[in-house]
Formats: sequence, C-alpha cells, structure tokens
Amino acid sequence: MIEAHGLTKRYGDKLAVDDLTFTVQPGMVTGFLGPNGAGKSTTIRMIIGLDAPTAGSVTVNGRPYAEHAAPLREVGALLEARAIHTGRSAYNHLLALAATTGIPRRRVDEVVDLVGLREVARKRAGGFSLGMGQRLGIASALLGDPATFILDEPVNGLDPEGILWIRNLLKKLAAEGRTIFVSSHLMSEMALTADQLIIVGRGRLIADVSVAEFTRASRHSVRVRSPQAAVLRDALAGPEVTVTAAGADILEIDGLDSETVGRIAAEHGVMLFELVPHTASLEEAFMELTRDDVEFRANEGAELVGAGRSAS
Amino acid sequence: MTTTTVVAPDLAARNIKVTQARVVGSEWIKLRSLRSTVYTLIASVAITVGLGILFASFAVARLNSTGHLDTDPVTLTLRGAFLAQLAIGVLGVLLITGEYSTGMIRATMSAVPRRLPVLWAKLGLFGVIAVLVSVAAAFVAFLSGQAILSSKHVGASLSDPGVLRAVIGTGLYLAVVGLLGMALGFIIRNTAGAITTLFGILLVLPVLGEVLPASWAAHVVPYLPSNAGQAIMTLHPDPNTLAPWTGFALFVGYTAVAVAVAAVLLKRRDA
Repeated sequence: MIEAHGLTKRYGDKLAVDDLTFTVQPGMVTGFLGPNGAGKSTTIRMIIGLDAPTAGSVTVNGRPYAEHAAPLREVGALLEARAIHTGRSAYNHLLALAATTGIPRRRVDEVVDLVGLREVARKRAGGFSLGMGQRLGIASALLGDPATFILDEPVNGLDPEGILWIRNLLKKLAAEGRTIFVSSHLMSEMALTADQLIIVGRGRLIADVSVAEFTRASRHSVRVRSPQAAVLRDALAGPEVTVTAAGADILEIDGLDSETVGRIAAEHGVMLFELVPHTASLEEAFMELTRDDVEFRANEGAELVGAGRSAS
Repeated sequence: MTTTTVVAPDLAARNIKVTQARVVGSEWIKLRSLRSTVYTLIASVAITVGLGILFASFAVARLNSTGHLDTDPVTLTLRGAFLAQLAIGVLGVLLITGEYSTGMIRATMSAVPRRLPVLWAKLGLFGVIAVLVSVAAAFVAFLSGQAILSSKHVGASLSDPGVLRAVIGTGLYLAVVGLLGMALGFIIRNTAGAITTLFGILLVLPVLGEVLPASWAAHVVPYLPSNAGQAIMTLHPDPNTLAPWTGFALFVGYTAVAVAVAAVLLKRRDA
C-alpha cells in the first residue's frame, strides 16, 4: 500500500507536484496517468526516496521507503530513466543490487529467467535495446519478491509481445495480493491493465476513479442527419441536453441516448437519414479531462507555416 | 517467454536487510565487474613501476657519460607516482561519477535509500584496494629501480634512513589522491568537473603558489594539498616543506573535509 499526503515538490519556481493525496491499494493494478510533464516520475522518485518532498509525505507499507530495513523486499521499482551502468553485465548488475540486502545468487538466476534475459545476461548492459533494458529493470524490481511494485512507463520501448508479457505479469502480481502502481501517459494501455486510475495533470490530482467508473462517466453522444434538423433540434431541447449543429443537416446531441433521440424524432414526424450513437474512447475521455493540463502542446498549423517561411 | 513463478518463497524466511557489510559486498561486485576500473588500476601500477625502471635506466645512462648521479636514487625511482596519481585520481572519481552519468546511482540509492552506507562502502573498499595496490607498486618500482642503479653502486637500500617511509608514503599518497578524487566525485557528480577540480587542486595550485610574494609563499605553499601530501615521498625534505608525516596528515585532513562535505550533500540532495 502506498499513501501520499499533500505530496509537493517544487523546483525553483515551478511546482512539479502540487499537493497530491492518494492511496494505492493492494490486490489491484493502479494506473498513474497524466500527460508528459504532469509530475508522475517526480512523484515516483519521491515514493522511493530519491527526491525529498518540498512538503507532505509518502509512505510505503506504512513507513517512508528509506526507513525500511530491507527496501528491495518492500518495493520493486522500475524507473523511467535507465538505472544501469552501461559497462556492467546485466547479471553482475542484479548481483550487486541483490548483495546489498543478502538476496541469494539463486534468486538472481531466477529473475533473469523470469524476464527472458538468460542469453544476454553476461553481456554489457550498454548494448541492450530499450526493450531489453526494460526487462532488466523489471528483473531488478522482482529481485526482492516485494509486496509493492512501482513501474514508471514500463511498456516504453517494448515490442507487442513484451507489452503483453508486462500486462499479464502485472495482473498476476496484483492477483497475488500485491500493490501495483504503474505510470503511463497512454490511457489505452491503462484501460487494458489497470483497475483503478489516479489521473494527474500539471502536478495536481485530477481524478481518482476505478476504470469502470471512468468508462461510465465518459461522454456519450448521438449524431443524427436529418433534412428537418431545425425541427428536431427544438424537439430535443431540454435541461440536460446539448445540441450542436455539425453541418447544415447534422446534429451532435449530448445527454440523450440514441433510443430516446429516435423516439422523439418519430413522435415529431422527423425523418432521419442517420442515427449514430458514439461513445468516446477512454483515450478521448482522458484527453478531454487533461486538456487544460497538458504542458507542451503542438501549436497545430501555425508552427509549420512559420517554420516553412523561415526556411525559405 | 517463461512462465516461471514470480514468488520466491525462501526469501521470506531469510534475514533480508541492508547492512554496511552487505553494501561493501555489493560495491565489491560493482568494482570488479567493470573493465574500466580494473584497467585503470593496472595502468596506475604500470605507470609507477614502468617509470621507476625507465628513470633508473636513464640515470644509469647519464651516469655513464657524466660520471655522477644528479638526483637522489630513492626519489628517482618513485617519480612515476607523479603520473600514476592521474590514473588513481581518475579512478576514484569514476567509481562514483560513472554511476551518475549512467543512471546507476538511482538503482544504488533505491537499494540503499539511507545512502551513507554507500559512501562509506565505496571509500573503505577503494581505500583498502588503493593502499594495497599503490604501496605494492611503490615497493616494486623502488626495488626494481634500485636493482638497475645498484649495478653502478649508486642505489639506496630500504634500511637507509627515511627510505622505507618514502616508499610506503608514495603508496599512501597515491591512495589518498584516489580517495580525494572519490570525495570530489560525490560532491560534483560529474566526471569532467570532478577530474578538473581534482587536478586543479593537485597540479595547478602549486604552480599558482609560485607567483605569490615570498613572504606569503612561505605561509601558503607548503600547506597546499599536493605539496603537503608529497612531503612524505621525499627522502630529504627541503626546509620549505612540512615534515613528512605532518604534511601527509594535513593532506589526509583535506581529504577528510571533502568526505564530510560529500556525506552532508549525499544525504541532503536529491539523487
């Protein structure tokens, strides 16, 4: 279990993490979602004691991480940035980490096999692909057989087979009753893995919901095409309903399901050419939710025109 | 892809916790599993011994033409240490800045979140290795150099006054240069920056000291870190330098201050 209370990190005049309070429960996969620069990695670094919070606190299994006698036994962490000496072999890297806390060599062999790095374990980690590096990072997280796993963007750089492997591994670890905290900037990935979502933007907590709730709350809309759009528009009007004209004869309706729209159209004798229910994907819902909190956004169009001109 | 069990049931029963001895064990694995570490250490020995032999041979050649030896035979065979200090100093720096530049430090600090055991383990382990290797190299350099000089009957013996101290002292000086490099590496956390600082202190400060007015120089120059440290390497201390062990103690003192600063910063800063 991970508990953060008012967790805050300030770099100069920039608040990277702003008063975050959340609890990560055991027995399920908790997704830590947010756009790039939302403070996810900083939060994770504070959980495992690499960075000190400016204010607030965070505990793992009831204590600050650094106060555990056997940190690798409590928490297995995969950081986003690589944490491997490029000149050392994967095997010796794991052996050195294991040695800090008396984990036997046998366990090192075990985790090497578990992540599928047996053939390259004696090679220098500097020559590893991104995917192999991720597997090595996961091997080091598994070393102490910990009750809590914290993984920062674990699927980065993995091939589809690797991604599937991670998903299944996380679900399996959660099913064993462990606490799994996984960060990602991809809602689609989390939708497949996570049970609970903690969503942040610009360092602030935006939502702490279950995936099921999040899906239910995401936007449903209906699109209709009708030659009598104006008539239908008046007929649909209501307190919870928003109707927008998307073209001369096209309406986008929020707040009513497609059955209701069809029934109202029939009652008013309005002819429909199209009636299309549309459920926003989780990705769209996530982007909607975090739209105002994206730190870096491409200025679509303008940027390219400007660049083209200056180049000519 | 294997589907071996994730659980390691025997771990729960074991006495799994971080201890200073275990961190030393971990640092030992790290130290011997990097080729660059081993090569740099070998380079330091090769320089000390090789130059000792080379300088002795040159001296013999000069002796043949001029008929007399123009330097003292002990200092002559130990002179390789002036170059070897670059190798061992760089090694001290790299043992920690290599972790910062590759990101390894994040793995190290998450395995040992109290951090200070890592500093003590690195200093202790490298200190012992550097002393053993450097003192041994100084003995080999001295003995093989003297073997060459003795053919012309100009050699010195370990039993001559001050000789044993100078030979051992050369090894100790090199080891402390390595430790000072390591402390600076912990403080600066950047390879180029730490190496520049180390050799700025050891090599450039004495040169700058030479331009001081004579009345100041007497109060400053002998106390500069490398001048103080090298006092132990010279057979006949000149009147402007500190006494051998006094100078060396001062050099160790400077290094201890750097270590103290490193410890405070390591504990306080974000990793």
